[in-house]
Amino acid sequence: MNIIYTDHLVIGGGLAGLRTAIATKERGQDAIIVSLVPAKRSHSAAAQGGMQASLGNSLMGEGDDEDVHFGDTVRGSDWGCDQKVARMFVNTAPKAIRQLAVWGVPWSRVQAGPRHAVINAQTVTLTEKIEAHGLITARDFGGTKKWRTCYTSDGTGHTMLYAMDNRAIQDKIPVHERQEAIALIHEGDVCFGAIVRDLITGKLSAYVAKATTIATGGYGRLYSTTTNALICKGTGAGIALDTGKVALGNMEAVQFHPTAIVPAGILVTEGCRGDGGLLRDVDGYRFMPDYEPEKKELASRDVVSRRMTEHIRKGKGVASPYGYHLWLDITNLGREHIEKNLREVKDICEYFLGIDPAVEWIPVRPTQHYSMGGVRTDENGMAYGLKGLFAVGEAACWDLHGFNRLGGNSVAETVVAGMIVGERVADYIEAHQIDIGTQLVQRFLKQEQEAINRLMARDQGENAWELRNQMQEVMMEHVGIFRNAKDLEAGVEKLKALLVRSQKIAIKTKATGANAELTEALRVPKMIRLALCVAYGALQRTESRGAHAREDFPARDDANWLKRTLAYWKNPGDLLPQLKYEPLNVKEMELPPGFRGYGKANIVEHPDTAARLAEVEQVKAELKEQGRHAIQAKLMPVDLPLRYQDTNERLFRGRT
Amino acid sequence: MNPSAEKNPTQAPRDLTFRILRYNQHLPGDKPRVQEYHLQEALGMTIFIALNWIREHQDPTLQFDFVCRAGICGSCGMIVNGEPRLACRTLTRSYENPEITLLPMPVFELIADLSVNTGKDMRRMAERVESWIHDPEQDKIDISALEPAMEPEVAEEIYELERCIECGICLAACGTRRMRKDFLGAAGFMRVARFYKDPRDKRTADDFYEVLGDEHGVFGCMTLLGCEDYCPKQLPHQEQIAFLRRKLAST
Repeated sequence: MNIIYTDHLVIGGGLAGLRTAIATKERGQDAIIVSLVPAKRSHSAAAQGGMQASLGNSLMGEGDDEDVHFGDTVRGSDWGCDQKVARMFVNTAPKAIRQLAVWGVPWSRVQAGPRHAVINAQTVTLTEKIEAHGLITARDFGGTKKWRTCYTSDGTGHTMLYAMDNRAIQDKIPVHERQEAIALIHEGDVCFGAIVRDLITGKLSAYVAKATTIATGGYGRLYSTTTNALICKGTGAGIALDTGKVALGNMEAVQFHPTAIVPAGILVTEGCRGDGGLLRDVDGYRFMPDYEPEKKELASRDVVSRRMTEHIRKGKGVASPYGYHLWLDITNLGREHIEKNLREVKDICEYFLGIDPAVEWIPVRPTQHYSMGGVRTDENGMAYGLKGLFAVGEAACWDLHGFNRLGGNSVAETVVAGMIVGERVADYIEAHQIDIGTQLVQRFLKQEQEAINRLMARDQGENAWELRNQMQEVMMEHVGIFRNAKDLEAGVEKLKALLVRSQKIAIKTKATGANAELTEALRVPKMIRLALCVAYGALQRTESRGAHAREDFPARDDANWLKRTLAYWKNPGDLLPQLKYEPLNVKEMELPPGFRGYGKANIVEHPDTAARLAEVEQVKAELKEQGRHAIQAKLMPVDLPLRYQDTNERLFRGRT
Repeated sequence: MNPSAEKNPTQAPRDLTFRILRYNQHLPGDKPRVQEYHLQEALGMTIFIALNWIREHQDPTLQFDFVCRAGICGSCGMIVNGEPRLACRTLTRSYENPEITLLPMPVFELIADLSVNTGKDMRRMAERVESWIHDPEQDKIDISALEPAMEPEVAEEIYELERCIECGICLAACGTRRMRKDFLGAAGFMRVARFYKDPRDKRTADDFYEVLGDEHGVFGCMTLLGCEDYCPKQLPHQEQIAFLRRKLAST
């Protein structure tokens, strides 16, 4: 029986996992990361856009601060987020980015003097101030009032991940690569670590830990077309769900991006349309002005994705062996502009499509992009249902994003959550001793080994990949961009049938280790259960909020649905999750519910909203003299770790 | 009309033949051999798409590695028709001959079939060159205060050298590494050059000489420059090897 003991077991080696491990290690505790892949190959590396932090160094960021970032984040979430978490996040993001600068990220910097930029398809001249020269610069992004998205040329995620992993190596944190956590060890209401399978040798080990952190990223691979890496299968959320005790939050909150290439599903940036690119259909017709006469191709992400889907449903999609798509035409921008300003788009087109986007159109379609839902945690990152179990980053529903994530807030969340939750994990480890019998560990090991043995022994049965592919098609078809009761009900039934079939998977590969077929077979039932949480949660939520768009319930219904979905899987034999709901408290909100600003306002108001709005206005008037920090503390006090409580300095503003 | 449709008139799809080196040490009795697979080429087919199709429809026992499938994570280096490449971004139609041979990259520990353990070597490399900012004062910097300024072009220069994705293709293409398994290789040299360039790192040329000064370091390179030829990120390996030699020779 192979047992490894540590203070802190971190499952997942991307930005969030690494940062959480570093936090506890730097508090003097042991940490071990287990990761499906080498840490530097994690999906964090794929983040193209950048990291939001309200430094306000560049001209177009002047006047930015935590409060503006907070407002953008809450509105972006369609008021679905946890506002205390959003507040902790925006206050810590400037520190996170500055710390990463110390650790080696070569953030792009402000160049003093005039430069050209394209805003709203017009070329303008911006003159950066001499005092800002050499400070971290920022670019424009959707849904933000200021230019707040800090970046490293065209490789933000890459440079962040490399700096973070390098710091972990400096701290001598072991990363056990090519290891998959397949079950959590738990008894009563305490988590004791995980059963981990070596993907090279196939051997199982028990990692016994005082605290366990899930940082395994999103569940994009529940869908057939996703921008996510192949490893984003939600298996961290899956093992949490399988305990029967831990809640997954808002699993139905799934974001789609309008323009990923077909068939590879690789994202091409929103900048293509921002710079003047057009969407065309099978006839070469520019269709967006018919749907959105005002904003056309530049309506918000969720709106464009919905319109594209609508148009394909009308029979205007382009048929291909990989399904229907539309065209993104950037030929009108000219070769010089493309090769200078859209370098990565050009590379993607060249390598994955073999086309030159300066003369040929790019095949695109709306594609799953981000998972707002995940392991539901409290403000400290501890999971609902098991003590000693934490979750961070995309794997978690800490609930920074509610029903729609703002671009640039995802990589920012990974690092900030790692900093804040990491301190809370360290506090927990200091306060708790582990008390666990080897019998319990043995029981979990035996249970997992026997399940594997049963799989390996079955000669006739279902094919794991076929079931997975069918599940992905069901999710795409029934639980996609537009949702309605009829499709969702049918989708749930199909997923239930697939879950039943997944109990009969057979394995043809008889290798004990290096066995991708077995690895997939172990994941597929977990993935189908997650898919059911998404589909069933979407069916029950009879409103439209953020990325969750119900054709049969188009209004955002604050009166009945200003609440978070909690999904539990009580018994292994169940075919549906048990859903509970957790109301959001309007009376505690710093920013009471309002209109997000897209399309027509269609909101059923919450009974507490008007009173809270009046209260907030009163506090702002009363404390006007004492400044924004005092007003904020009065409206919605938050409890940040001591080391992150200082106010942030800004150019020309000091710490006000 | 889509211009690409005009340029590519409809023609019958090609039949592709893949010859793949197979060996899984975890399968009792398995022997190294070349196995052949046949499939029909599809529009935009990459080796990533082809291998997954083969595994899901013809042979579930085939082992290979892909993660991002977008050319940025460095997981899928393999030898395609004799040359080390990122398989995910290699289009089948880039080969006129419809017969494609796939081998695992040499130099690295073989896991099975086309899967090799690059991660282990890269962690060792990072530890060896101490791939992090060396500054005893760094943790005293107040992260709530304005960040120290950096010249914009310095930041860009550092980024250009940090674009390495640790795919290991430079090492698979390296004649010196074949002869000396402890030879650091281009990925390691590039990492050193990146920190050498970074004003935040307080290490001196003498410190770097400790890492690079022997025959396993930059002076052991035979200058065959397979690294330069095959680097999927087109990093300036030749220039940086010359730069490091010049700097270190003068210490």
